[in-house]
Amino acid sequence: MLSIKNLHASVEGTPILRGINLEVKAGEVHAIMGPNGSGKSTLASVLAGREEYEVTEGEVIFKGKELLEMAPEDRAREGVFLAFQYPVEIPGVSSTNFLRTALNQVREYRGQEPLDAVKFLSLMKEKMALVEIDQKLLSRSLNEGFSGGEKKRNEIFQMAMLEPTLSILDETDSGLDIDALRIVSNGVNKLKSDQTATIVVTHYQRLLDYIVPDYVHVLYKGRIVKSGTKELALELEEKGYDWIKEEVDSATV
Amino acid sequence: MSKDNQILEELTSKEYEHGWSVNYETDEAPAGLNEDIIRWISAKKEEPEWLLEWRLKAFRTWLNMAEPSWANVTYPKIDLQALKYYSAPKQAKKTKSLNEVDPELIAIYERLGISLNEQKRLQGIAVDAVLDSVSVATTFKDTLGKLGIVFCSFSEAVKEHPELVKKYLGSVVPMTDNYYAALNSAVFSDGSFCYIPKGVRCPMELSTYFRINAANTGQFERTLIVAEESSYVSYLEGCTAPQRDENQLHAAVVEIYAAAHAEVKYSTVQNWFPGDKEGKGGIYNFVTKRGICEGDHSKISWTQVETGSAVTWKYPSCILKGDHSIGEFYSVAVTNNYQQADTGTKMIHIGKNTKSRIVSKGISAGKSQNSYRGQVQVMKRADNARNFSQCDSLLMGDRCGAHTFPYIDINNPSAKVEHEATTSKIGEDQIFYCNQRGIATEDAVALIVNGYAKEVLNQLPMEFAVEAQKLLALTLEGSVG
Repeated sequence: MLSIKNLHASVEGTPILRGINLEVKAGEVHAIMGPNGSGKSTLASVLAGREEYEVTEGEVIFKGKELLEMAPEDRAREGVFLAFQYPVEIPGVSSTNFLRTALNQVREYRGQEPLDAVKFLSLMKEKMALVEIDQKLLSRSLNEGFSGGEKKRNEIFQMAMLEPTLSILDETDSGLDIDALRIVSNGVNKLKSDQTATIVVTHYQRLLDYIVPDYVHVLYKGRIVKSGTKELALELEEKGYDWIKEEVDSATV
Repeated sequence: MSKDNQILEELTSKEYEHGWSVNYETDEAPAGLNEDIIRWISAKKEEPEWLLEWRLKAFRTWLNMAEPSWANVTYPKIDLQALKYYSAPKQAKKTKSLNEVDPELIAIYERLGISLNEQKRLQGIAVDAVLDSVSVATTFKDTLGKLGIVFCSFSEAVKEHPELVKKYLGSVVPMTDNYYAALNSAVFSDGSFCYIPKGVRCPMELSTYFRINAANTGQFERTLIVAEESSYVSYLEGCTAPQRDENQLHAAVVEIYAAAHAEVKYSTVQNWFPGDKEGKGGIYNFVTKRGICEGDHSKISWTQVETGSAVTWKYPSCILKGDHSIGEFYSVAVTNNYQQADTGTKMIHIGKNTKSRIVSKGISAGKSQNSYRGQVQVMKRADNARNFSQCDSLLMGDRCGAHTFPYIDINNPSAKVEHEATTSKIGEDQIFYCNQRGIATEDAVALIVNGYAKEVLNQLPMEFAVEAQKLLALTLEGSVG
């Protein structure tokens, strides 16, 4: 589904990603871990098409198409979803209104009829139950005055509504208490299928107790320096990142 | 160039939709401004002697007045002698019914999306259409007449209801109030008149649509709304003009009178030609709008969505004379390219327990300048006066300006006056967030701007709110920052 080859990217001339290679197949869950500043969030942002990041080398093929050639909205319409680490507030725009605009633009791109109000609301009801989100939250201005947990839950709700093929969760666990973490993870797990794939970007192993990855990759200095299964995450939890840093740094000297 | 600015550039490059003009035969006054011209206009309109005298008095006072220079706008001096002060489409003399109106004129309004045909018209809105200097047609007259409501062109009111016009004309905005109001008083040609009798709740929205078509013509319309005791009316005003290289002057006066327990809601969607991307052409919109809450428990509410004009100078105000009277001002002012807007309100608290509320939302893009200027005055005997003001500015790009000039003048210690102000930018983050959910940038801007202006847009009648939302999006198409 997703094939990243030798991806290099920089911000304002500073290289952050220095040759990422990653293959993600339908039905898989990949965890991207790594110490602070290793490029985890940059990878998520580059895939979603954030403008500040300049891709200097490499290619990304998503469902047979050149992802990097596409505008951010077209990537979304093709089925790439990014759950933001810091969801943005949009005053005066309700989640409902926002999502209806989004969903209908996505549907139009896919050659589907726009949903009328009745169908849209019934779809909302169905997905609300799935991620245990309160209707009241959705009639408020998007993310405005939401608690950290509410924002993250709203991200997963949006994901449920838009039904992406590739979901990228960028530090979705940060700022969540244990109950919120469980609810958010349950939502993600329910949305998984053998047609979709998930990339979980996280600093801590904690989230991976709930969203169990098929593969774990360690990112350091803009490269994937170690890949393994979920046992690797447990090892990292126990030993920290220093041993990996040492391994990599001594190899490059 | 950053991404913000690029998008801004694209958005701001949208063309003005109503920039067409139509050739029709006109009956025009020669260019120039003097007593003879005023006599010519008055004679043309077959006005009574008292009105001519009133005009001349205004003109003589105006001669000694100076153009105001305190507003935060700059424009070259206007050559008032080069303008024509009267232009009317030629058509068969008097028209008694809509069927007799020149189809060509009706077609102009059809093109603007305003149907003057009563059958076709969406239910619930009566329209008075003003083209250049004269009123072309008024719809639903009979329906309203049965309730005793008068809704007609100003010229007609002078003929049919001289006693009402004489009583209220200049009672809220005195002829010598300011430079442009005095000029308007001298040369005004037409406009709408509206009278709601005691205890009557007007069953439909009353609407006036102004269009300037003729070149080098000033439009000086005059609107007078009188709401008698315990009556209610909601009034809408819309405006467009063709795209011309020269600037055109629009100096209107609107007066509202509200008796005890009366309520008047006045909504404007202003879409005059704003000038092109280089700032060439556009309307100078120098307007005086004021309402008086004369009676106890009366209420006047102004809502405006200002998207057009090269230069705007406009402060719809409320004089809260009656005890327990309420004044409201809700405004969205958008400026783009080289537009300049200096707009706001005055709330003058005279009566006891009077309340006012000001919500102003400025949006600046391109190289435009957008100023809020507001005055809250609490007079000595206005016990327990309350005011709440909120002035927000939204900036798009890094070459525009937003300014706030609040004046507060309190002469009664029991007054409670609150002022809140915020300035924000449409963030690249917000746009990207929308993009990531599949929303195209232009739609994202529209969504964000409409969200920002929601509190004001909510005040508009339904049909107008939809139009206003589209207009906001259109004005800003491409501007993000």
